Amino acid sequence: MMDTDTTPPPHEPLGVSALEDWLDGVLDAVLSIRRSTAAAAAALAGLGREEQDYARHWIDVIAKTNPELAFHFATHVSEALKRMRPEDSEAWIIEVMDAYDKLGLYPAVAILTDIGSFATARDGQARAATLETVAPMLELFVQGLAGRKLSLAPAEQVYTDTGTLFLPPRLTVLATREANRMLYKIMATHLWAQVRFGTFRGGPDALRAEWGRYEDPERAARLFYALETIRLDACLARELPGLYRDLCTLRRDPPPAWQEACGRLSRPGASVDDTQRAMAALYADEIPAPQLYQGTLHLDAVAQAMAERMQRERVALKNALGQMAREHPLEGGRERRFSVHTEPGGQGPVQLMLDGQPLGAPPEVQALMQSVLLDLGEIPDEYLVAAGDGSYAPPHAKRADDVWQGTYHEEGAFLYNEWDHSREHYRKDWCVLRELDVHPVHDGFVADTLRKYAGLSARLRKTFEALRGENAIQRRQKNGDDIDFDALVDALTDLKHGRELNDRLFLRSRRTARNIAVMFMVDMSGSTKGWINDAERESLLLLGEALEILGDRYAIYGFSGTTRKRCELYRIKEFGEPYGDLVRARISGIRPQDYTRMGVAIRHLCGLLHAVDARTKLLITLSDGKPDDYDGYRGQYGIEDTRQALLEAKRDGIHAFCITIDHDARDYLPHMYGPANYALIDDVRQLPLKISDIYRHLTS
Amino acid sequence: MKSRLLEPQSFLIAREPYYEPQGEEVSLFEKAYYNLIPMLLKGPTGCGKTRFMEYMAWRLKRPLITVSCHDDLTASDLVGRYLITADQTVWMDGPLAQAVRCGGICYLDEVVEARKDTTVVIHPLADDRRLLPIEKTGEVLAAPPEFGLAISYNPGYQSVLKDLKQSTRQRFVAIEFHYPPAELEQKIIERESGVGTERAAKLVRFAGMTRNLKGSGLEEGASTRLLVHAAKLMVSGVSEGYACQSAIAQALTDDPEMIAAINELGRSLF
Ligand SMILES: Nc1ncnc2c1ncn2[C@@H]1O[C@H](COP(=O)(O)OP(=O)(O)OP(=O)(O)O)[C@@H](O)[C@H]1O
Ligand SMILES: [Mg+2]
Repeated sequence: MMDTDTTPPPHEPLGVSALEDWLDGVLDAVLSIRRSTAAAAAALAGLGREEQDYARHWIDVIAKTNPELAFHFATHVSEALKRMRPEDSEAWIIEVMDAYDKLGLYPAVAILTDIGSFATARDGQARAATLETVAPMLELFVQGLAGRKLSLAPAEQVYTDTGTLFLPPRLTVLATREANRMLYKIMATHLWAQVRFGTFRGGPDALRAEWGRYEDPERAARLFYALETIRLDACLARELPGLYRDLCTLRRDPPPAWQEACGRLSRPGASVDDTQRAMAALYADEIPAPQLYQGTLHLDAVAQAMAERMQRERVALKNALGQMAREHPLEGGRERRFSVHTEPGGQGPVQLMLDGQPLGAPPEVQALMQSVLLDLGEIPDEYLVAAGDGSYAPPHAKRADDVWQGTYHEEGAFLYNEWDHSREHYRKDWCVLRELDVHPVHDGFVADTLRKYAGLSARLRKTFEALRGENAIQRRQKNGDDIDFDALVDALTDLKHGRELNDRLFLRSRRTARNIAVMFMVDMSGSTKGWINDAERESLLLLGEALEILGDRYAIYGFSGTTRKRCELYRIKEFGEPYGDLVRARISGIRPQDYTRMGVAIRHLCGLLHAVDARTKLLITLSDGKPDDYDGYRGQYGIEDTRQALLEAKRDGIHAFCITIDHDARDYLPHMYGPANYALIDDVRQLPLKISDIYRHLTS
Repeated sequence: MKSRLLEPQSFLIAREPYYEPQGEEVSLFEKAYYNLIPMLLKGPTGCGKTRFMEYMAWRLKRPLITVSCHDDLTASDLVGRYLITADQTVWMDGPLAQAVRCGGICYLDEVVEARKDTTVVIHPLADDRRLLPIEKTGEVLAAPPEFGLAISYNPGYQSVLKDLKQSTRQRFVAIEFHYPPAELEQKIIERESGVGTERAAKLVRFAGMTRNLKGSGLEEGASTRLLVHAAKLMVSGVSEGYACQSAIAQALTDDPEMIAAINELGRSLF
């Protein structure tokens, strides 16, 4: 309660005694001989009048809730108002009240007394940059910088395993949000530089061995990193001068005693070996504190990522070369020899040669070679041995007939031929296929997904709306909004020449009738278990929502099965079926099943698609890998049958397109689908967006 | 009925256009031309196809008639139509008929954009008959040996609705164009804009960065054309950052995150 008698004219601050009187009145219930309001009043007296009134207002409000809390508040509020900006103090007050409501008096008082932590946290918030907000831009930035695709992931430490750049989820070290964003960029570039300029080129084991030669390997490691950072900084100064300017604002100069080493490490040709060499002389010196953008070197993580990648890329490159060798056949059956020409310093594209002649490498092969070059500094000859025909050998596969004898009837099922590439003809009625229903699952998946992707969903909707809204002008109509002058002139000419007068003289702008039917064929094989399955389901849901806008006819089927005797297609949405809760629940109910026998699924779905009357027919396959089944349907055999099925589709006027998440897909997808008819996705999270993008492209 | 013809001389290219060959495309084109085989130029936007055509037309001393195709382009837009002037109908040759009559080189840019029924009118002209029937006048034009036909198309677009029909593409000898290799591209930028070596080199590296982003949200990386634009702006005093931003980043995409990333890439170089 404000006591008006003791209140001096507005604007003038209240004195100590007036404040004490007022406080005594408000906090009377909790005062005692040992507890007075003198200290609080003295502190309040040091504030301006406006702040005093603000404080008194809140003391009054809080006292009505709990006088004890109000007493503590009165004691601390002056300090809070002095230390924090007005919006922060208000947040502090609200937080105190909240804590009281939810947790009780004691925690609320704890917040009151610890103004320092609160103020620091608030400050941090104001200047924090988060990985979540910078990642979308930063990922593109890093990809633009170079060769291999590097992804970003949050981690407490800053490091790279040469495939992923790990960065802290939040940065608050620098004074402003802008500066912290820049720090993210510089950290990411620093890690990228480790990959690009070969910090791990000799292999992590070589580094470890080198450090092990010192008395204190841990110290050696720190020294190495400090020197290597100098070398990398110099590389950045040459390659990215603009970024280097920013970096210099954060960079602490190396100690004067290091000058000579600095000079050597900053020379254009300097490599990680020079860094190693520089260590011995400086081992005894004090190691300067790490740069702000430095992180740690995790050799174990590097070793693992490198080993996996190199294995994968070696196989992929050999396969790709094998494919290219087959596309450039040579009479005489001589052995084909691949070689490469790289520019000194590993800069620029790699020139691939076949039997001494330059050969244009498709982008995916170029990317592979670049990535190998990044790891090894060269492309070893053994990588350049083209893989022969990946002939398949199913050693232990049981025969389909044995497995299913007697238990599985072929009645009511569809029979399909399958292409045997080694015999170059079809195996008749080889596959038995059934259509099954996906069991609808009514769980939180739909709501969760729509919530999670609210932004994306709106964006998809907008792009699809734009697609639908495209106007086309139809010429030579019998009636319409405008006169078609071309037609009119032609008609008058005809008339003059004594020919019949044409009555189609109008222009009509009408929304193009999108005469399109699309079949989505979704991989439900066992290998999709986990995140791929989730991504598939999320994508289908988002796509379904967006496709409703276009009004294109579409169907969704899942495919899987085990052996040729049990090929299965799961109905998720049929062509005639409206998209509604049932379809959504079926999408939610998609679960990984068994294997991937693609040919038969394509044949059946193309049959369904063929029956629809549409000008443009699309078959879009979502898959996580190559065709693969239990009874020998793998390797070349599966690929060739799938390719054959796609050729049949093409003959029927169906355009096939494949979206896949398989890293090795570059080896076989172009062969199956044709170069422009597939898309690889590195990151499943991109699937919903990518799929809609592709869909939009394919149909506009 | 009177025929109106544009002066074919006006399509002659008087001065040698600046063109840097990327390979043997010049001699290949010449050989195809003398063998009366039409040419298909494939390649991404802004990689020098139009410039190449100008150069070839100059070299062969033939008028060059270019048509940019779009989805409203009709067969009469190519072949010709009647016009009415003061109570008279006058036949007006379309660009294709003009080129045939004057023995020029007709270049149909971005043919895939044209409707399929439009593309078909070039079929009899593009095989060994070399005829252009003009339905409206009942005329059939036989192309003289000097007449040349070239079409261009960008196979990068994946739209199935915009694919070139087999019956069309199989009439042509195809040359594939790419962005020029770094050194050559740098030279082109310098020559075209007068920008200094260092900036030109940086622009080429910048282009490489954007080309790394193709397929990850960018449909196409920066073309040579965009680099020339940015360089010209720089030469006229626009700051490097602003030139890259407006001539390259904004020209490539509308996606704010992508624009931010491209701008950062530009900033890291300049
Ligand atoms: N080989 C080259 N020699 C000289 N200039 C070139 C060359 N390649 C590209 N350019 C430059 O790039 C610009 C764009 O080239 P051009 O207009 O020929 O592209 P285009 O391939 O026809 O593109 P679009 O498919 O979009 O029509 C030219 O104006 C020229 O400045
Ligand atoms: Mg052009």
